[in-house]
Amino acid sequence: MAFKIRTGYEGDLGLFKTPQSIASYAALLLILCAAPFLVGSYFLSQIVFVLIYTIVGIGLVLLSGYAGQTSIGHAAFLAIGAYIAANAAKFGVPIYIYLPAAGLLTGLVGWLVGLPALRLHGIYLAIATFAFALIVEEILARWETVTHGNEGLMVKPAALFGKPLGEWGLYYLCILVTVFVVVIAVNVIRSPTGRAFLALRDSETAARSMGVDSARYKTFAFALSAGMTGLAGVLYAHKLSFISPEMFTLALSIEFVMIIIIGGIASLRGAALGAVFMIMVDPLLVLVKDKLPVAIGALTGSAAAQDKASVLLATPGVKSLIFGLIIIFFIIYEPMGLDGRWMKMKTWFRQFPFYRPATFRRQKMYLKSERGR
Amino acid sequence: MTYFALDNVSIQFGGLKAVDGVSFDVAKGEIFTIIGPNGAGKTTLFNLISRLYNVTGGKIVFKDEEITQLNAQQIAGRGIARTFQNIELFDNASVLQNLLVGRHRHSTTKFWEDLFFLPKVQREEVAHRQAVEEVMDFLRLQRYRDTLIAGLPYGVRKVVEVGRALSIGPEVLLLDEPSSGLNVEETSRMAEWILEINRRLGITILMVEHDMSLVSRVSDRVLALNYGRIMATGTAQEVQSHPDVVAAYLGA
Amino acid sequence: MLDFVQQTISGVAVGCVYGLIALGFVLIYKATEVVNFAQGELMMLGAFLSFTFISSLGLNYWLGFAACVVCTAVLGMVMERLVVRPILGYPQFSIVMATIGLGMVLRALAGMFWGTDDLRIETPFSKGVVRMGPLVIAADSLSIIVATALLCVILYAFFRFTRMGVAMQAVSQNMLAAYYMGIPVKRMFAAIWAISAMVATTAGILLAPITFIHANLGFLGLKAFPAAVLGGFTSIPGALAGGVIIGVVETLSGFYLPEGFKDIAAYVVLLAVLLLRPQGLFGGAALKKV
Repeated sequence: MAFKIRTGYEGDLGLFKTPQSIASYAALLLILCAAPFLVGSYFLSQIVFVLIYTIVGIGLVLLSGYAGQTSIGHAAFLAIGAYIAANAAKFGVPIYIYLPAAGLLTGLVGWLVGLPALRLHGIYLAIATFAFALIVEEILARWETVTHGNEGLMVKPAALFGKPLGEWGLYYLCILVTVFVVVIAVNVIRSPTGRAFLALRDSETAARSMGVDSARYKTFAFALSAGMTGLAGVLYAHKLSFISPEMFTLALSIEFVMIIIIGGIASLRGAALGAVFMIMVDPLLVLVKDKLPVAIGALTGSAAAQDKASVLLATPGVKSLIFGLIIIFFIIYEPMGLDGRWMKMKTWFRQFPFYRPATFRRQKMYLKSERGR
Repeated sequence: MTYFALDNVSIQFGGLKAVDGVSFDVAKGEIFTIIGPNGAGKTTLFNLISRLYNVTGGKIVFKDEEITQLNAQQIAGRGIARTFQNIELFDNASVLQNLLVGRHRHSTTKFWEDLFFLPKVQREEVAHRQAVEEVMDFLRLQRYRDTLIAGLPYGVRKVVEVGRALSIGPEVLLLDEPSSGLNVEETSRMAEWILEINRRLGITILMVEHDMSLVSRVSDRVLALNYGRIMATGTAQEVQSHPDVVAAYLGA
Repeated sequence: MLDFVQQTISGVAVGCVYGLIALGFVLIYKATEVVNFAQGELMMLGAFLSFTFISSLGLNYWLGFAACVVCTAVLGMVMERLVVRPILGYPQFSIVMATIGLGMVLRALAGMFWGTDDLRIETPFSKGVVRMGPLVIAADSLSIIVATALLCVILYAFFRFTRMGVAMQAVSQNMLAAYYMGIPVKRMFAAIWAISAMVATTAGILLAPITFIHANLGFLGLKAFPAAVLGGFTSIPGALAGGVIIGVVETLSGFYLPEGFKDIAAYVVLLAVLLLRPQGLFGGAALKKV
């Protein structure tokens, strides 16, 4: 059990709340850094995707979880970062220049998106963000000079001091960027900005009456979230080595939102858990597609059933089906996400045998209308 | 110098004049209460002062500065704080965090300084916490310091609401029905706090209230409102015995 | 000039479909403050069911139509009960995502049961054209316009004159008060989802001859958002007006503007509306009462 003993306010404000957490995160970092020596190329690849998704997830946690602004258009920001990287690499610009530049530029776009968002709430904001994403997708397809349109763009490997960044180089870069993004996120949360975000989410009226300039903070939340996603975009472009507008669809934006739904909407740790979950779905799906029909055939003893099952599972829509079911399942049964489940389990162990599920049961509020917020 | 005055303030919603030509002034250090039947426009008046609504006529002056066109966050910056009739606390944050939001107007850190949590930010955070602890001591909220608002009973939330307004470090405090929903003991405690806030901290208080005993106990002057217009002003005694006020409350 | 009118009329027809879907959005939003992102998929399901009833089972067109409408009404109620009821009271964001998830599930299931090829149905209007002077209007388009107008009138009468309609209005304005007045609020929710599904199905079946039936019909539902927002999310006539406007703008952009604009015309209009007049043409701005 971890006890928090404080001798001054600095303790509350520290990056790590308890000595135990320093140890566990240090261990995690060590394992991640040692991974290239321990696991094969495929697994390393998966970890890179997890890290990229985690970065986007953290951006969304700050925007939706903390500042309460919905966005189902983040694929657009990923695309902007990716295309900036692709074009910069084409001209041989070193990565340590265009990585931060992509972050800042995408952040600027995010800020611009945040401006009209000032007047929009809840559902209108969600609709506006996906309209924005669709328009960006179309622009990417049409702006042939910069993006090569639907043919796609080859992305040269990242260059650091003249030498191309190999697989391992990209991996360590991903770790670096993820750690950076996490530290920034934690800083935001423990600072007045993070509090202003929370205030905006729960009651904008009260926040404004307390002196929080809602316009500035909302646009900043968008800018920050977009900037982080832009950084992820650069990494994404280099990982895939080839980008085209069809990769940055509404479906990808929804995948990003799923990260925070699965992980827990206001939890940084949840973003990582959600990212892991999302990346694991593909390999698991492949496994199921192979093994499930065989299992059905064995259970029912009928080859026809096995065939029918494999045909059904082979339809292109199956992934959508799984994702849709996951979304619905998590929203209804795990509203606090995986991070919530983790906390509930920790509490169960700590309070054993006095654990009460009601501790985490949320109050259903029918009366709070979102109209006229 | 005009400390705080409303001059012929009106607001119209379509054809309905919710507040119609209301003028009054408040002296520094006074406790000024506004009473009136439900729907008289009292909370609307508060919303006009804290600039959540726009006036359609008249002006509001604070310390010789016209504040009618400022926006809501600037009002807080000028030192005017308010509580809300239907508690508007930040439900998913703790009492400490709610009170810390009140310190926002004293924050000087910029966004990028926050992003990197520079020592300056840390120093200010510690200062904010110290200031907020004093408010918590004053209102005896210490044991609820880290509890989420969602888990607090109504009476405590009302007190936190006042605490959050106090954290702004205001010169003028607008209290919207501070005793609504409170039982006799809680109301009595609230009355003592209102008096202490006024006398010890020197804060001018503007209050909307229904509970007449509380009104008589703490107010220096009272204003009665009905259908958006002033019926009577004076001390609590004078207003309560004014024939128009009696008619409005009890029926003619 | 003739081209312009011709294009406008087909724009109106498409717009009516958008309007019908937008109508579904508005109905559910007005009653429950839930925006049903799966509305487009409901339309798609209606169209697929019509294929099953009319083409596979060979039912008469009108009988098949009616059967579809009934089926989807039931489906709408089931969806409401299973997915939406448990999460009422959750923040908007969660409910939005849940309906998005629902849409994904419906789309995938449709692909699994009916396959991925385009399907067609035979309708009484399939071959006809109507000539009005120099104008040639496909009977399909005309049927959409007429049906929309009819539905408009029926729904208006329903909400204005029937007890259930008035009860639904009450529920949409203040749920708690409606409970106290003895209105069975949960049944109202189920009913409104049923009505919404029926409207979407009608749109789908009418659209089927023009666009053919395939699992991506639901994406048309996305275009209905600009329509609903343009109309003001709280106004029923507004939704239809918005739909028609979007339909016309889109068709005209496709005809007069360079390639690619047609696809995003609706969204550009959407963003413009959100920036300039968020409450839409007919909606009312609401201030929170504190």
